[in-house]
Amino acid sequence: MELSALIPLLVLASSILPSLLIFFLGEDRARLRIWLYLGAEIVKLLLVVFMLEGIYLGQSYETRIPLLPGVDFLLRANALAMLFLMLSAGLWLVTTIYAIGYMEELPYHGRFYGFFGLSVTSTAGLALAGNLFTFYFFYETLTLATYPLVVHRQTREALAAGRTYMRYAVAGGALLLLGVVWLQSLVGPVEFTEGGSLVGRNLNTSALVAIFALMIAGLGVKTALFPLHGWLPMAMIAPAPVSALVHAVAVVKAGAFGIVRVVYEVFGLGLCRQLGVLFPLSLVASTTIIYGSLRALTQDDLKRRLAYSTVSQLSYIVLGVAIVGTASTIGGIVHLMHQGIMKITLFFCAGILAHTLGITRISEMDGVGRRMPATMVAFSIAVFGMIGLPPFAGFISKWYLGLGAVEAGQIWSVAVLITSTLLNMAYFLPIVYAAWFKAPAAPFTEKLPPGRFETGPLLLAPALTTALLTLLFGLFAASDFSPLQWSALIAERELTTQPEVLGP
Amino acid sequence: MLMDNLGTWIVWPILLPLIAIIPIFLLKRPGAANVSLVTAAAIVLAVAGLARQVLTNGEQSHAVGGWDAPLGIMLHADGLSVFMLMMTAIVGAITSIYAAGYRFQGGGDSGSSSGYFFWPLSMFLWAALNVLFLAADIFNLYIGLELLSLAAVALVTLERKRDATVAGMRYLLASFLGSLAYLLGVALLYTAFGTLDLELLGARIQPDLPTAVAIMLITLGTALKTALFPLHFWLPPAHGSAPTPVSALLSALVVKASFYLLLRLWFEVFPAALTPAIAQMLGLLGAVGILWGSFLALRQHKLKALVAFSTVAQVGYLFLLFPLASTSAGWGVDAWSGGVYHAFAHACAKAAMFMAAGTLAYAIGSDQLDRLAGTFQHYPFSVTALTLAGVSLMGLPPSGGFIGKWLLLNSALASGQWWFALVILTGSLLATGYVTMVLSHILLRPPDAAPIDPRNTNVSFTLEFAALLLALIALGLGLAATPMLALLRIGMPFTGY
Repeated sequence: MELSALIPLLVLASSILPSLLIFFLGEDRARLRIWLYLGAEIVKLLLVVFMLEGIYLGQSYETRIPLLPGVDFLLRANALAMLFLMLSAGLWLVTTIYAIGYMEELPYHGRFYGFFGLSVTSTAGLALAGNLFTFYFFYETLTLATYPLVVHRQTREALAAGRTYMRYAVAGGALLLLGVVWLQSLVGPVEFTEGGSLVGRNLNTSALVAIFALMIAGLGVKTALFPLHGWLPMAMIAPAPVSALVHAVAVVKAGAFGIVRVVYEVFGLGLCRQLGVLFPLSLVASTTIIYGSLRALTQDDLKRRLAYSTVSQLSYIVLGVAIVGTASTIGGIVHLMHQGIMKITLFFCAGILAHTLGITRISEMDGVGRRMPATMVAFSIAVFGMIGLPPFAGFISKWYLGLGAVEAGQIWSVAVLITSTLLNMAYFLPIVYAAWFKAPAAPFTEKLPPGRFETGPLLLAPALTTALLTLLFGLFAASDFSPLQWSALIAERELTTQPEVLGP
Repeated sequence: MLMDNLGTWIVWPILLPLIAIIPIFLLKRPGAANVSLVTAAAIVLAVAGLARQVLTNGEQSHAVGGWDAPLGIMLHADGLSVFMLMMTAIVGAITSIYAAGYRFQGGGDSGSSSGYFFWPLSMFLWAALNVLFLAADIFNLYIGLELLSLAAVALVTLERKRDATVAGMRYLLASFLGSLAYLLGVALLYTAFGTLDLELLGARIQPDLPTAVAIMLITLGTALKTALFPLHFWLPPAHGSAPTPVSALLSALVVKASFYLLLRLWFEVFPAALTPAIAQMLGLLGAVGILWGSFLALRQHKLKALVAFSTVAQVGYLFLLFPLASTSAGWGVDAWSGGVYHAFAHACAKAAMFMAAGTLAYAIGSDQLDRLAGTFQHYPFSVTALTLAGVSLMGLPPSGGFIGKWLLLNSALASGQWWFALVILTGSLLATGYVTMVLSHILLRPPDAAPIDPRNTNVSFTLEFAALLLALIALGLGLAATPMLALLRIGMPFTGY
């Protein structure tokens, strides 16, 4: 096997092997477990960076293994795949460090890290999936690997949440599977192709619309599109590192990334436009954006407010996809990355508050900025990013989305973005205000022994890192290899194959 | 002439268990278990040898004692036969390992006698299954079927418990009724066409009234034995109350044997009779079975009963094969191999699930779902086995169940029979429902962390290991589909592939 065919497999192996190994390590081998895990992550990051350079230079990486007659297990990297892979590999590392600091109070570390690694392997598989079959394969393994994380606490509440999660996720998977098999029965195996793999085939329009709807609905469950979002706030019962990963990269992004793949690389923007499916999709996305924000307003539980904010923010990606144009494509795709680092920062901070001071409600956060300045700086940066203030990463996403909407003449989308920004301010800024400017109602209950830092250093460092990235991705958006430039590269490759798409 | 017989792989899967019965009868329990385990290993090797022979040389035929049909007994092995033999060998061998660590209850002198009888009876069952899968004529199929019923019923009542005896009695009646209907059908066919050989019969058969009656009788009889809805009434009590190793054998293998018969006859002997109406009828009953069995599984309060109802549902999938494979050859191959693959995956997954359920039930002295809380802490391997088997039942990748589901779904949509596609997917959702229901009970951490009764915590690791091994095989089938399907498709009843 050639090196270029081996590398995608190595990327998967770098996380699946240590994860499986960890199941067989004794519960007391904490040190070995951590080093094994971190070693694997470094290896994975190096492999991904190596691939990243290759893809930029036009190299191709492809692994094809026949799994069934006529059905291949296909891993193939392109620019889009690398964006998601980079997000997955990078956030795995920071989240692991955070988890090491967080998990001490919970039992069954081996099981936790094992399934955590399997979830990350599934996202890497999703990123590299080269056809719909492989994508579906990892879409389901992701469900299976995240279920044990959701029910990790093994309380009645956690198990109830787990059942709801499984119901939604498997139903979503079934819809996706139906769409995939139906399409395959019409055209044979469907591989992801930049510009769309159905281009130039003469197919029944209504069947295609139905297949599109099935796929988007199936992917929409994980993306938490309204009204398929019910599982997400419930899944908040999971330990904080899990919530962070679920909201930033693992589960919800799998759905959003799938929608990007389906629109750009299966149907192709041109065909989607012909079929008239983009307008309904943008309506669903807009509804979700507004609905999520409105629900977030009324939550007092911090993690629940963040969860509804995720519901809303993810649909920015979908909205960007649904608007035809280069700028909106860039805006949607770059938000895959930007939302990931901003939201993971917020969840890291929420976890720190709960872990250090037992704070889970927003009403308990008065004056917490003085007790935990570094945490709240990170939190505030992420909040400003979420709102879309310059020079943070979120501003870049919103700017390109807005620009795209104007270019495409969809003024109402601009209105949605503005409304959403106002709502973001309404549910985020009071938290920041209370934390910094209000006086605490009562002394905080310290849950950790006093240390050098305001909280465990392993908890703080990841939050500060991702907060810093939120700033840097915004400030240096114009430099090479920034998420924005990479997204522009993706948009170029996805759209230039069909210049007529962008016409009136 | 003797050497002619012994020199070929095909006779060994039948001879080995029969030979082993003699020393097993003569030895006391530990010796019997050891002989059985050695025999099981030998059968696995014999089946592997036969599989290799079929892979390299194609289909194998063998006239026992050198007498050709129609006088002698013919054995025939194609891909389907070998596939079923492999399924039986894997499940049979691992169940033997499990049974070696299992403590049978009841019986005369402190449980030893009932445990002892498991070994000769299971070897008898194994021989009957192998006869059935290798028989080349409809009368030997009948012999296999009848021996199978006798062994199976005796195994159900092994522990001489009241509920198992009642269930066994009902099973006996249903099973004999099924065999009787089948035998009547065979008699009618023999009178009309003068041959019992499958191939000759297939060539001579004519569509007339006696043939139609015969086909109907054969189908009804085997459907009853396979527990096709609404003829499933006997299955849940029998499978739910039998000793655990027996439940595993019954759910995994015995129902598949009568299904195999149906498959052989419909596709190879009277394919012309498989009209769209009949095919749809069989598929429809299978579909109702999927939904009804899953629905009832969701309403159970006992683990083993739940697993037994899940078998009713999973057997339903097998019958979807008839409408999907009969309409046209294009996707017929997919449907046919998908159904058979599903049977294999289900055999491994369901046996693993029964074993894990049995271990948990044995450990806490009850299989009430709401008493299972906390078992994960003590028996993580069994719970893992149960979960992995559940993944295959749900039909999610990477599992053998997924391959079967994918192939069936593919042909359902390709042939435009979308209603079956919806049933397949709904069945997965319902399976997810009952698997997560079980997991929610098992994983629940009891508030007071009450330790489990120490009297029962000395569960042999063999029990946990066997279940996990089988569950991993069910999972591995999802990744080994290409070579497995290549084997299955040797000599299949479809041309041009």
